[in-house]
Amino acid sequence: MSRWDRFTETFLNTKVMARYLPDILSGVLVTIELALLVVVTGLAAGLSLALLRSLGIRPLNWLIIFIVDLFRSLPPLVVIVLIYFGLPSVGLSPSGFVSTWLSLGFVLMAFSEEIFWAGITSVARGQWEAARSTGLSFGQTLRHVVLPQAFRLTIPPLTNRTIAITKGTALGTVVAVTEILGQASSAMSNSYNPSPLMLGAAAYLVLFLPVVVAARWVETRFAWKR
Amino acid sequence: MSGPIVDARGVHKHFGALHVLKGVDLRVAERELVFVIGPSGSGKSTLLRCLNRLEEPSAGSVVVDGIDMLDPRTDINHARQRIGMVFQSFNLYPHMTALGNVTLALRKVAGKSRADAEALGRAALERVGLADRAGHTPGQLSGGQQQRVAIARSIALEPRVMLFDEPTSALDPELVGSVLEVMRSLRESGMTMIVVSHEMGFARNAADRVLFMDEGAIVEEGPPAAIFERPAHERTRAFIGQIQRH
Repeated sequence: MSRWDRFTETFLNTKVMARYLPDILSGVLVTIELALLVVVTGLAAGLSLALLRSLGIRPLNWLIIFIVDLFRSLPPLVVIVLIYFGLPSVGLSPSGFVSTWLSLGFVLMAFSEEIFWAGITSVARGQWEAARSTGLSFGQTLRHVVLPQAFRLTIPPLTNRTIAITKGTALGTVVAVTEILGQASSAMSNSYNPSPLMLGAAAYLVLFLPVVVAARWVETRFAWKR
Repeated sequence: MSGPIVDARGVHKHFGALHVLKGVDLRVAERELVFVIGPSGSGKSTLLRCLNRLEEPSAGSVVVDGIDMLDPRTDINHARQRIGMVFQSFNLYPHMTALGNVTLALRKVAGKSRADAEALGRAALERVGLADRAGHTPGQLSGGQQQRVAIARSIALEPRVMLFDEPTSALDPELVGSVLEVMRSLRESGMTMIVVSHEMGFARNAADRVLFMDEGAIVEEGPPAAIFERPAHERTRAFIGQIQRH
């Protein structure tokens, strides 16, 4: 047996791969579900907090800044563990799936709030003044003038952060979520062969490459003619 | 209507410890063009911005077209439609075309349909000589063209008064003329205008009255010829001397 054969036998074992492919695929579905939930709720919550913050109510802004800094400082894994093992003591027992969703959602909320806020504040004061001087309300100015410009600036950092955090769905393995990595590592220990892990890696690529490409498309779409 | 269209009395403005306006009175009649000159930091721009409440005056009263601008019950967004404002840095919305810039408030504030707003928007662009640039974004326009679009954005709302805050200061010298040309035609159409600017030639030809401001107060006012040639105050004389040397 040549070295190459030994390598393929270990890492690209088609028999093992075929056997555990259904498990990995079900893991892909769980990952997609989890990632979509995290992205939609995390970004929506982050944008809501940034909009609330733009109202300029001091005590509220202190609270927002505190929450955001908290979730930006804590490692996501710690948040998952705290929610999964901590909430039962107050009578709530979220599943591993829900714990992971909530944790990553909070973390994405915190990071995206900062990114949205930076985008909103980077729009020149003159834009606000011009819009308000024509009679547009605060809300109309935000919606039609400020946010379109802010979004354009926030798309690159936002997509990076979103991709980083959705990959964090793999952390769900520690609380028994059967997503890609969870399925791959249990397949690995059942088969004494790391090929399912390669399959899992391939699944992540297939999942996230289109997201990266889509992000690039959105960036070009939001760029305006100069 | 016989009373002044702009009636500001005893306007004070503090920025923290800084006392920027020290009880300014300004009355402007309909169809009048009032020019405001003065050194930087004299409070000219702040005065202008107090008239449409972009800045909240610390004390005093501001009535424009019969509307008490400082009354908390006044619908400020509605009132601002009657007061156009043009800024030094144009402040066009970079993500919209020229026509989009002009029609936004027509649709969202004046409540026009898209078709009506576009017809009015094109007419306004026509008035500033930019009908053929309707589909261009600000980035594709020269500074002078951008400022004319900004003027179109204001006049499309058919304001009763137009405020100009150093409209030509950010422009290359060769582009100033086209903007002044538009302002002159506005003036001929009978628009009431308050202009903060150092375009003395324009002031001489077009202004009914020139105010000289210094340190938050109006030092003197009068017809352009009087202010430019026979200023009563030493500070006015010094300022005009400096401006004309350049």
